[in-house]
Amino acid sequence: MLRFLLRRIAWAIVTLWIVSVIVFAATSVLSGNAARAVLGKNAAPATLHALESELHLDRSVFYQYWYWLSHFVRGDFGHSAASVIGSDTAHNSIITLIAGPAANSAILAVITVIIMIPVSLLMGVLAATRAGGWMDHVTAIVSLTAISLPEFVTGTILVAIFATALSWLPPVSLIGPGQGVLDVPQILVLPILTLLAATVAECVRMVRSSVIEALDSDYVATARLAGLSESRIMFSYALRNALAPSVQVIALNMQWLVGGIVVVETVFSYPGLGRLFVSAVNLRDIPTTQSIALLLAAIYIALNILADLIITFLVPELRLA
Amino acid sequence: MTAPMARTTPNDARGLGRRLRLARHPAAVVGLILLAVIVTIALIGPYVAPFSPTAVADLPFATPDMHHWLGTDELGRDVLSRVLNGGQSLLGLSVLATAVAYAIGLPAGLAAGYTRSRTTNSIIMRGVDVLLSFPPPLLLLVVATGANSNIWAMVLAVGLVLAAPLTRIVRAGTLDVAQRAYVEAAVARGEHTGRILRREVLPNILSVIFADVGLRLSYAVLLIASVNFLGVGLQPPSSDWGLMIAENRQGLNLNPWMVIVPAMLVAIITVSINLVADGIARTLGTSIERAR
Repeated sequence: MLRFLLRRIAWAIVTLWIVSVIVFAATSVLSGNAARAVLGKNAAPATLHALESELHLDRSVFYQYWYWLSHFVRGDFGHSAASVIGSDTAHNSIITLIAGPAANSAILAVITVIIMIPVSLLMGVLAATRAGGWMDHVTAIVSLTAISLPEFVTGTILVAIFATALSWLPPVSLIGPGQGVLDVPQILVLPILTLLAATVAECVRMVRSSVIEALDSDYVATARLAGLSESRIMFSYALRNALAPSVQVIALNMQWLVGGIVVVETVFSYPGLGRLFVSAVNLRDIPTTQSIALLLAAIYIALNILADLIITFLVPELRLA
Repeated sequence: MTAPMARTTPNDARGLGRRLRLARHPAAVVGLILLAVIVTIALIGPYVAPFSPTAVADLPFATPDMHHWLGTDELGRDVLSRVLNGGQSLLGLSVLATAVAYAIGLPAGLAAGYTRSRTTNSIIMRGVDVLLSFPPPLLLLVVATGANSNIWAMVLAVGLVLAAPLTRIVRAGTLDVAQRAYVEAAVARGEHTGRILRREVLPNILSVIFADVGLRLSYAVLLIASVNFLGVGLQPPSSDWGLMIAENRQGLNLNPWMVIVPAMLVAIITVSINLVADGIARTLGTSIERAR
């Protein structure tokens, strides 16, 4: 178990290192000069040189990579290229730039997960106990639709209904100065609903099929013959054995949220890490893009390890692997 | 050696047509009809559009009337004409990205599944692991930064994202088939590897591929539309549906049709492809899993 975990973590570190090389190569090397990218073609030579030396663009690519990575792992993400122009250094440090948005994204993701898990399990079990009935068919069609839709389409449709037509909720996440996202909780509703639409649907499908499979097994038949009540059978036998595949799909969807927030935050202009990332990409702010990309990839990989760990814990046979 | 050598291949390509009785699945039939409608709109749309998709036709944000059935957008362009012109790029680029995915994933999966070299197998599969350790939107945005949102680079990137899980699926299918007697017979006959893969292995993993292709395409549509929505794919004045939704969202309360119509069309594409793919997977008896 411990050896498995250590090997898993070692491989994750290697993966993350390869990811950092890809991110750096794709953004720094391919895009050419990061200073020129943000300042534009008509930048004054003096400004350009100042920003180049600020971003170490006058050194070799390998030095730049090493400088970036060695500082990144120590928690120093460097300076944003976009805000370097005409501002003092304290304000353009990437870490101050992303701290608030990262917390906002975390709030969004945590609330989504807290709702996602019980709802998926409950709806999956309900659909399984009524397998073949009309409710099961409706659930199947609705969940297939929800899974198929791109997040930005789901979000846009929700805005059209709840913001434009009914005026119940704000279409975009407006926050006053000095306010946090939790001070205006109504802005959280539509982004969370959008994230839930995609994830819950997929989880329900998986929970349903694992519970049906478990209900079909010999030990459930034995339990029925022994005269145990249906609810006891469901919760002590079927659900317990359906838990491993269910946890797996829930974990996969938690991982999916890392990418999902990038799109959903953009739809709602939600002040999180995903929207900051998209705007950094569009502003050609390469240092910020690199740091957020590596940070999100690290979270993604960490969630993957966590999922493996929970599953090994739930399925004893896997512990030996 | 003139007598034809007995070909023992239980080629499942032959039985595939018979097993694909989609008519038994009403949802799949509905999906197929919807898909046909959308493809028709995308293909003939540009020829029947009443206005140019890029020309200013009236005041901005006009609500629907006799001249502009869906009103006008933020720049006063005719929404109906833009909608009719915006489907081709989305469908075309998605099909292209799916083709890229198969061009990469199919040979990579076959090679990883058939090779006896552990090194080849690990190089391919670790490559897949690395690709899968990026959330897809993240990888696409990183590529967009480097490639300056060049649309062909984005299609290639979407193809790569789709190729990673495909490689795993093809590899698993190949591993299974490679142990069968007919493959061993071909090896014993001294046929070279390329021929064995083409003539013996590939035809026998066709059902796996058939079950996958619809899912892969629907995911391609989802990613290409998202790329355009995020502003890192096709650029204005393109009338691509994903881009239209992004551009016109601010005016949603002034003329909702300029957002709702492209959103519904994108929704219908992905849902109908998934309905068909689900039907195919059910007829083939393979389990269907979303590959994201």
